[in-house]
Formats: sequence, C-alpha cells, structure tokens
Amino acid sequence: MSRNLVLSLSPHDKGGENVQKIMWGVVIALSPALLASFYYFGWNAMRVVLLGMVFCMGTEYLVQTFMIKQKSTFMDGSAAVTGLLLSFNVPASIPWWQLLVGSVVAIGIAKMAFGGLGKNPFNPALVGRAFMLASFPVHMTSWPKPLENAWSFGVDAVTAATPLGKLSEGGVAALPELGSLDLYKDLLLGRVGGCIGETAAIAILIGGVYMLFRGIITWHIPLIYLASLAATTGIFWMLDPGKYADPLFHVLAGGAMLGAWFMATDMVTSPMTSGGQVIFALGGGVICGLIRLFGAYPEGCSYSILIMNAFVPLIDRAFPPRRFGREVKHG
Amino acid sequence: MNPVIVYSVVVLGLVAAGAAVILFVVAKKFKVDEDPRIDEVTEMLPGANCGGCGYPGCRGLAEALVRATDKGDLGGLMCPPGGNETMARIGEYLGVAVEEAGPTVAVVRCGGSRAKAPAKLEYDGPERCSIAHSLFAGESGCAYGCLGLGDCVTACDFDAIHMNRETGLPEVDEEKCVSCGACVTACPRNLIEIRPLGRNGRRVWVACMNREPGGVARKACKAACIGCGLCVKACPEKIQAITLENNLAYIDPAKCIACGLCIPVCPTGAIQATFEPVKPKPKAAAAATAPSGS
Amino acid sequence: MRLRTFPKGGVHPSENKISAGETIQVLPIPSRVQLHLGQHLGAPAVPVVSKGDRVRVGSRIAEGKSFISAHLHSSVSGTVAKIDDVIDASGYRRPAVVIDVDGDEWEADIDRSPELIREIKVDAETIVERIKAAGVVGLGGACFPTHVKYIFPEGKRADTVIINAVECEPYLTSDHRLMLERADEILVGVQILMRAARVESAIIGIEANKPDAIEIMSRKARSLPGIEVIPLKVQYPQGAEKQLIKALLNREVPSGRLPLDVGCVVNNVGTALAVYEAVQKNKPLVERVVTFTGRHLPATGNFLVRLGVPAADMAAHLGIELDEETAKVISGGPMMGKAIAGLDVPVTKGTSGIVLLSESHARRHQVQNCIRCSRCITVCPMGLEPWLLEKMAQLDRFEECESAGAADCIECGSCSYTCPSSRPLLDFIRYGKVNVMRIRAARRQK
Repeated sequence: MSRNLVLSLSPHDKGGENVQKIMWGVVIALSPALLASFYYFGWNAMRVVLLGMVFCMGTEYLVQTFMIKQKSTFMDGSAAVTGLLLSFNVPASIPWWQLLVGSVVAIGIAKMAFGGLGKNPFNPALVGRAFMLASFPVHMTSWPKPLENAWSFGVDAVTAATPLGKLSEGGVAALPELGSLDLYKDLLLGRVGGCIGETAAIAILIGGVYMLFRGIITWHIPLIYLASLAATTGIFWMLDPGKYADPLFHVLAGGAMLGAWFMATDMVTSPMTSGGQVIFALGGGVICGLIRLFGAYPEGCSYSILIMNAFVPLIDRAFPPRRFGREVKHG
Repeated sequence: MNPVIVYSVVVLGLVAAGAAVILFVVAKKFKVDEDPRIDEVTEMLPGANCGGCGYPGCRGLAEALVRATDKGDLGGLMCPPGGNETMARIGEYLGVAVEEAGPTVAVVRCGGSRAKAPAKLEYDGPERCSIAHSLFAGESGCAYGCLGLGDCVTACDFDAIHMNRETGLPEVDEEKCVSCGACVTACPRNLIEIRPLGRNGRRVWVACMNREPGGVARKACKAACIGCGLCVKACPEKIQAITLENNLAYIDPAKCIACGLCIPVCPTGAIQATFEPVKPKPKAAAAATAPSGS
Repeated sequence: MRLRTFPKGGVHPSENKISAGETIQVLPIPSRVQLHLGQHLGAPAVPVVSKGDRVRVGSRIAEGKSFISAHLHSSVSGTVAKIDDVIDASGYRRPAVVIDVDGDEWEADIDRSPELIREIKVDAETIVERIKAAGVVGLGGACFPTHVKYIFPEGKRADTVIINAVECEPYLTSDHRLMLERADEILVGVQILMRAARVESAIIGIEANKPDAIEIMSRKARSLPGIEVIPLKVQYPQGAEKQLIKALLNREVPSGRLPLDVGCVVNNVGTALAVYEAVQKNKPLVERVVTFTGRHLPATGNFLVRLGVPAADMAAHLGIELDEETAKVISGGPMMGKAIAGLDVPVTKGTSGIVLLSESHARRHQVQNCIRCSRCITVCPMGLEPWLLEKMAQLDRFEECESAGAADCIECGSCSYTCPSSRPLLDFIRYGKVNVMRIRAARRQK
C-alpha cells in the first residue's frame, strides 16, 4: 500500500450541485432583464448595474477580509446576485454614492452582520433598497423615460412617472390608457418608467422560467404571489372598476414580476417547505396589493416581501414537511 | 406650557402608574417563598455555570448545598472552579465544616503526537472527535489514542485547553484549568483525567491508554505504553504507586511522590511529568527518550 | 406504463454498474480465514469451538444465544488457530474465530449437488428452524437475522412477502448477477419464504436499469402462482425497506414500526437464495456474492466468496494493487457503505461489495454555510428536515433532534449527497440519532 487512504462516513458520492452554480444560475436568469434594461436605459443602466455589483462584491470582500478576518467568498455569486437585484431596484439616474450607501447597507448590515451567506433573515437587496428609499426619496422616485437619451452622455434624463405612481397620485383618472391593449404591451415589453430591471415583464418571465427549468426555484412562490396579488386587487376592481385598476395591470406593473420571481424566491429568506412557501407567497401578494391600493407608497412589492421575510422562521415551524409514517393509522 | 408636553407627561405617567400597580399585585400574588440562603450562596459561587459540580449551573449547586446543610453535612459537594477558598467561605456562611480537597488539574493521557504516531489514514469529515470515533480507530490506527479534533477544547468553558498544532494533541493550561471535568466527559476515548496538582505542581502520569499488547501498540504509536513493567520495578518499594493491568501502567496519584524514577526507565517515553527528571543512570538511559515537560 | 416508485424524496446518483456484465467467479480459498463473531445485527455469537479444534465447511463454530442473533459456521475446513480479538474494517478490535485452512472438506449432511430441488417438503416451523440453523441473515447489508422476521408476534399476520431485488446502490451488481445466473433457485427460495410467512403472494421488486434480470425473473415466475415481478423506476433509496413497501404496495410503515405492521415481510434476493440452500440443501451461510469494482480499475468482477476471506484476495485475482490512484476503499455501496482502512479486512455476511474510489471521488467538498435551499427536505424520503437535525445535533440539543424525528432517519445519505453547500448533514444526524437512542434507552430504564 503506497498511500494513506481517506476515511469518512457515508455517503461517499456527491451530487453535482453547489452554491456557486445556483447563484451564478440566478445571475444568468437575470440576464434577459439586464439586456432589456440596457436597451431602455442605455449607459446609465450599464453604469448602475456594474457599480452595484462591484460595490456589493467589494463590500463583502472588505468585510470578510478586514472585519471577520476569514477567507473571502465574494466570488460565490451571492453578492453578485444582491448587487444585480439592488441595481435593478433603483432608477437608472441614481447617483453612484447613493448606490454605494445602499450596497454597504445591503451587504454589510443586512447580510454580513447576521453572519453572512445563509444567515440573513431579510433579503439584502430589498433592505438596501428600503434604506435608499427612506434616505433619498427624491432620487429614488425620479424615473428616466425609457429609450430617450439612453445612449448619450451628460444629458439630463427626462423624467417619467411610473404607471403605479400615476395611479397613486391621481387614481384611475390619471391613467386613461388603462384597459387599452397598448398599455399592457408597454408593460410587458418595458416601455414605461420605472426601476432599471423591473420594467420589462417578459424578460423577467424568461429568466424565471429558466430558473424553474434549472430547478433553482419551484413554481410555488412566484405563481402564488402573483395570483394572490391579482386576487387582492381583483376583488376591489370588481367592486368598483372606476376607482381601482384591474388585476392584470397590477401583476405587470411595477416591481411585482421582479419581486415574485427573483426577490421572494430568494432561498435564504423564504420558507423551506412547499406548504410554507404557499403561505409566504399568499401573504406577500395580499400585503403588496393592500399597499398599492391603500398605502402611502405607490409600490409595495419590496415591503411586502420584507414583511413576509420576518415571518419565515414562524412559517418554517408551522409548516414542517409531511413525515413518512407519522400520520398513518396502525393496528 | 406646551400642551403636547403636558399631555405626554400625563399619559406616560398614567401608563407608568398602571404598570407599577400591576407589577406590585403580580409580585405579591405569585411570590414564591424561597430559602434566602440559596441566593446568598449563589452569589458566593463563581457564576460560570460550568456544570463541573454535576448540577445545572451555580444555582443548582447552591440549592443542593443548602439542602445538604439542613441534613447536617455537605456530603462531598464541591465547586471545582471555586476551589477550597470558595467552599470555605460558603461553609462558614452555612455553618458547616468543609473538607479541604487538594487542588486538581486535568491531564491528557495520550502521547501520540504527529511524530510519534504518524497518520496512516486520512479522516475526511466534520471536526468532531465523537463523529470520527464512531467511524474508525483513528488516523494513526491506535484505537485508544487522541483523535485530535478538539471536542475537549470545545467543551472547555475556561479557555484552559488548546490544541497544539504541531503535535496534534490537546494541552491543558494549568493556570486556567479549574478541573470542572467537562473535557473528561467530552472525550470519547476517556483520555483526560482529573489528577491532583501535586506538591509544587510536580506530578507524573502515564500518557497512554492503549491496552493492546506491546507489539500492536508500538505499531500504531512509538510513544505507547507497552506494558513492560519496568516502571513498576523502578517505583520505590515503599511507595508502590504503579500498577500494570491489561498491558497498561497506571500511576496512582494518591501514592505517587513524584520522585521521577519511573520516567527514564520507560523504553517508549510514555510517562510524562511536569518537571525535568533526575539524570538517569547511564545503563537505564540506553533506550529511554527524554519526556517532554509541559 | 408508468413505473412505480416511492412518492417523496430520493436522488439519482450515477449508476456506475460497471461489473454488471461479469459472471460470478468462484474465488479460491486462502490459507487462513477470519470470522468475526458479530457479523449480524444483534448480540454477537458465542463461540462453541476452541483453539485446535478440527472444523469442516459448515461446522457450527458459534451460536447466537439471544433472540436477535445468528449462528456462525465455518466457511473452510481446517483447524481453529485462535479465538481472539482481531482488527476489523474500522481499526477496532472485535472478537473473531481464526481458522487455518486445510483442504476443502464439507459437513456430510450438506447436499452439494447442483441439482434444483423444487418440491418443498417441510412446513413453516421447520423452515424457520432450518433458516435459523443455517445462520442466514439479510444479505442486503443490514444483516438482520432472517429467521427472526418469520417469528410473528401474537396476533400479527402477513399477506405479502416482498423480495428486494432493487439494488439501488450505485456500483453494486451482486444481486443483479444472482438473478441472471440463479433465478430458479431464487424463485424456490421465494416460495419457501411464502410458506414460512403463510402467505399466498410475493412481489419481487427490480429497478428498471436491470431489464435482463426483469425479463428472466418474470419469465420464470410466470408459471409460479402468487409470485409477481414488478419493475420499478430507478430511484435511490428504493432498496430501503419502508420505501420499497411504499413503492410496491403503497402502504406506509408507521414511524417506529416494522414492515409486519402493514402485513409485509421484506427479504433481499440474495437472502432468498441463501434460504433455498439452507432449506433444500441443508447448506449454512458460508459464502456470498461480492462485487469488486471501481471506475479507475482495469478490471472488475463478481465473486462467490467464502466468509472470512480477505478482500485483498479479490483484488489479487483481478490483478489489482492498491496504488496511488485508489484513495478510498468502501465496503458496501458508495451511498451507505463504510469506508475501510484497507483491503486486509475479511468478507462478512454483510459485504455486498468492495468499491474503490479514485482521488477525485474520494474527498468531500469544501463545507459552506447553509443557504436554506431546502433541497435536503425535498430529497429526504422520510420527510425529515435534515438541515434542522444537523443544526440541533451540532449544538447537542438532542431533545429537539428527537422531536424533529432523528430516530426515523434511515441514513440513506440523500441529504448529504444533494446539499449544494456540501454540509456534513448525515454525519451529524447520525450523531444526533445515536444520542436520541441512548436517551430513549435511559428513559426506558427508569
């Protein structure tokens, strides 16, 4: 015998999945939305997305290297996903330093302070966004108009209100095109004002289907979240179509698609069993609908997910998986 | 005055008063009568809640001490970290006599360092002795020796035991060790023993637990006790502190006078001491390797 | 037709059934064998021979005295060299009988003719007696004494005998080869087991990756009333008793209960053959089929090996030496087998295979934080939460381990296999389970 044999407990075989593959898989799934954002918002989008990723990964590297003093795992893809999602959730015209603040909050406070990967109770990108929205309300709510001046430098962006913003300000009257096919087409393709990555519903959908196909997520959270949002808004629409917008509009507008497919499905901050995921998504959809209909903010998607994040430990306890041989009668 | 301030003060004052009343009523109603001595004794204990006494935390021991006092004597109850000083104070307070126990310290009974017991296998799994122990005999092949994964280090609440990276064996910090016995329980191989500190800190022990016949033991580890019995013969006739059972020597700390005569005669250097032994006579020194004093 | 399988959990590791095409070879007898006294689940057998005694093949050398225990027979003829502690596969010393071989003389009452005896002349009690006398244990790997399964407690009845021919472990092919080469004997063995259990029906479950075995067994079983061969979808751990019953009959064995509670007795296909030999040929369990395999090896094989023969003999027969390339040796399959310290260990009743892994497959991956991906929950066939059990066991919180169902874990390893963070889930679950069992035993004592 010429070498030391390795001994370990079973199993001795290992599946091919790992954290890196999952996280970079999410990045790949986000790329259609990324391309759409380049198309609509041009250099600015590219600038924000790159900065967001660099800031987030940089923060992770610095915190791990100099504060926790451990080998940095900033390349495992999770910080990249946070960076991407954070920049997807801000307007293309955001100043770089505000994005830096958001990234530091997202990675430094929402993630690393809780113990790093897998330990954070709240979605880091959403915490970063919520912090930015509270700190820089003006910049966070002035939206460049898509396709205008996208590929020119230094021109002040023309601002456009988001459909949800108009709805919140002036009610259904402010959105006369409601109910016309063009509006839904615009929403689907992303020809509306809004955050960088959230506007083109179709691009997000492609990414979501890719994740379903790869087995990164299951259908429960996104579909039930959107269904529950549609149901909540739909009830009020049926009661008074003159006052409330229709459910299809709500599903396609704002960050609902991005939230349902990419933020609510974040595995770290969502429940682990399918039963729990259903409850999580139901609650999220209802809260999002209620904020949009009656809240002070025009958009409630990110808050709805953050609120449900807080319930995840409870949901995990309340909905354990069905145990084999536990609920059968024996005699 | 600004009405806001007035209202705030009034409202908060009312809330506070209401809460105070509730607290008072609840405290009266649910008051549990408890021997006040328990609180006092708990105060005197170190408060580390290490469990070394065998009770859940310091309060548990305090209750046991008070109960024992009512029966007449402390019945050997002891706070190992607190030591004699603490016990004397408690005894004085409770009005009972306390037997004085000599100071003790944890001792690691394995000398299978990386050099003496080289790895013939490689363990790949969680850094837990208890798990490795369930898998196999150990990287060196010695089924009695230290696995080197530090369950004792994790168990210690006093930062008194550390892994020596070079030897792969744990080392006890005599200054910090309170002989609570947590490491003794944690070690799946039962390698750690609480032994008297010894006069001037002088103590001698057999750093091996291998009960295999000499040849087998040597194959796994060059520092193994091979049960040759030379140490038994070397021990002064009046003392007779060393016994040999199942191919393994054991030095009874109650009898041992720490003369160090057994150390140089051990052909494998399995006997360790806290002091440098007297220079061996040339004849006996032939096969002896100098033990490391820690 | 949609193939049956168990509904919840499971994984599909690479099958690597490299040796499936190798016919079973008889391995020559070495000059010395070591027979461990604890080759089965339950109390170790007590030796009934002493040093210097002459034994023949099939001589009883140790007896299982307690209810759950099994007899042990000499696998060679020769002289008892010693009865002493011998180092086993894990490096610990366990009691064993060591026999120096001298010729190959069998006990006179063993029928060694190759002739197939179809007619079963004895009744259920005698069958169980003979199985016990032959020291037959479950040959799938758990080594539960077979006769104990057929001693039904008061009031319990079975309706089906299930024959486990799933062989869901990657690499292993010994059961597969047995079905191809000894189908007739196996089927008589199944009929014997049916009579022992007093049932009219038996099901043989075979995974769909063995179409040739399914074909042969179905063809031969067609003329036999009550025996049905059911192909199953390939999914690990289908060979686990509870999962197999669920897959075949859609019955769920309640937690902490036995298959008999849902009217089933489950036996491995190799056990069926051993039962045939014990009952019809009066031959004790002295040999078994072992797969010797590995992806990097120039040759692999299936061997009929006498118990107590070192695994190294198989390697030598194939012309294989342990060199730099082999980094890990496993006794059993890669999912549930045990890593062992070398090839010098003797084959026991439970050795279904010896698998050699090369460096690239031997080591675990870097452990990362749990990302709560819930894949462990998805793959756990018992519906447990492996991540939670790991966490609780790590913190020594055994009460929580118990309430989270650590005792239900079948240690299939699907969780560790699938974990993207490469966490040592099963290592800690097993640690928790051991402690839960210890606490339960202490509670019962009280």
